[in-house]
Amino acid sequence: MAGMARRRHRWWHRWGEETFAAYLFLLPSLVVFAVFVFFPLFFSFYASLTRWNLPFKPTFIGLSNYRYLFTDEIGAPEFLHSVRNSFYYALGVPLNMAVSLAVALLLNRRLRGVSVFRTAYFLPTITSTAAISVIWLWVYHPADYGLLNSILMWLGFPPLRWLRDPHLAMPALILMGIWHGMGYNIVIFLAGLQAIPAHLYEAAEIDGAGSWARFWKITWPLLGPTTFYVLVVGVINSLKAFTQIHVMTQGGPLGATTTITYYLYQQAFERFAMGQASAVACILFVLLFVLTLIQFRVVGSRIHYE
Amino acid sequence: MWRSRRARRAISAVLWYAALGITAAVVMLPYAWMISTSLKSPGEIFTYPPNWIPRTWRFRNYIEAWNAAPFGRYFFNSTLVALAVTAGQIITCALAAFAFARMEFKGKRVMFALFLSTTMISTQVTLVPSYLVLKALRWLDTYQALIVPFLANAFGVFLMRQYFMTLPRELEDAARLDGCGRLRFLWQVVLPLSKPVIASQALFAFMGNWNAYLWPLVVTTSERMRTLQIGLHYFVSQEGGTQWGVFMAATVLVSLPVVILYLIVQKSFVEGIATTGIQGT
Repeated sequence: MAGMARRRHRWWHRWGEETFAAYLFLLPSLVVFAVFVFFPLFFSFYASLTRWNLPFKPTFIGLSNYRYLFTDEIGAPEFLHSVRNSFYYALGVPLNMAVSLAVALLLNRRLRGVSVFRTAYFLPTITSTAAISVIWLWVYHPADYGLLNSILMWLGFPPLRWLRDPHLAMPALILMGIWHGMGYNIVIFLAGLQAIPAHLYEAAEIDGAGSWARFWKITWPLLGPTTFYVLVVGVINSLKAFTQIHVMTQGGPLGATTTITYYLYQQAFERFAMGQASAVACILFVLLFVLTLIQFRVVGSRIHYE
Repeated sequence: MWRSRRARRAISAVLWYAALGITAAVVMLPYAWMISTSLKSPGEIFTYPPNWIPRTWRFRNYIEAWNAAPFGRYFFNSTLVALAVTAGQIITCALAAFAFARMEFKGKRVMFALFLSTTMISTQVTLVPSYLVLKALRWLDTYQALIVPFLANAFGVFLMRQYFMTLPRELEDAARLDGCGRLRFLWQVVLPLSKPVIASQALFAFMGNWNAYLWPLVVTTSERMRTLQIGLHYFVSQEGGTQWGVFMAATVLVSLPVVILYLIVQKSFVEGIATTGIQGT
């Protein structure tokens, strides 16, 4: 009896008290996650199976919303167009990476003034997307006094309509995205470059390898994980893009810049079709989930788990 | 041989500066365009070819922008919300990080995986139900709506946990002997030793929240609850899109605080991103 009580006491001492205390420490975060992450996630699954047009109550309709998005005569072209636009927008990611890697290679030298340049490249990344979008609205102004058009005309080209042209609006957003996201990519690439041991380059130089060979034989393969990380994060961010579209084009002209996230917003907050919006959210969730899993596999070392 | 090598080095340095200088100039061009326009009178804005340095400097654009919309109120809202989220996140993250780093408990692995999983679920995905939750709580268009959903952050927990794990075990034993409880140990010993990680987490939280757009757009309905980013959008879209001098002045005012903050703390900010991969915005 006494032994059992002592053992119980020891158990409480070893696990019970500490476990109880640990959960108290986790509680504040857990409550917020429960209400604003986990409940909304499961609720999205449920809501995607209902017809729910605010301010009316939801009615269960099974998979009809998904059928609407993928096979309906009106719904499917709209939705699939938005998915296509999202991936079109994501084409900017490899372009951005090429520019960023080139700049990172330039910055990866011990010369005076590197930090000044780094500050300059990073400035767009910390400026809010809303502010940047307003600046670029003016850069892309379709009259001849817009910045880009005045440069085009100075070079002898005719002015373009940029964001008002259905064929040019998305490329214009991509170009702005490169300008905006470069700083972040450069910082990540620089960290990757600086992790490559210098003696590899020295050995290659002794063997007479030129800088082109050194890049493809040493830098590029060893930078692989970094490159892949930047690619996946870039694609994830492209799928989430919203602010610049809302400020600059409202999804137009003629739906040319309606991405999946913007379509979700329109369904929910312009048409108040909460059920359909939730179905879009679930599809977006699956896309982002798969991409994030890939990202974790590649950069598992970034978040060390015991 | 000697001289030619030196000459080659000098040429390569010049080319290097030229390449970086040109790209930096291209990156800075839109900013220069913004500032230049913000100081021009309407007559000078709508001219081709544009002149970069205004003939008459019109500082009145800034005063007009400030008075044309309640930017003072927006500024107050953004600051209040960003500060509250930052302070709240530091507290919740420090508590959870302490449990993960310095305590043994049942279900630790499961809990850690649960925290990890929240980073895969973005605002975009939970937007509709979160909005409905706030609606049910009658929190739409309140400060709670802008603050409470962001009071937990798994990235912050990982960042702090990494740091807490590096602190020597002996600290805890000594504190135990002195009869110091966990909470007091965390508050009086661990946190003062963790200033660098708290600083970078605070920076990420503040900037991310200050620049946030989608969430404040959806949960605020009245003008007096808008944050700076939302206020800027409404200002520019409602004025009909012709007063570019005033618009650019407003944009300068909106982006200036974060730019100044960045210039002050840029070193730790850039290092934080390089080591964690967390994005500020």
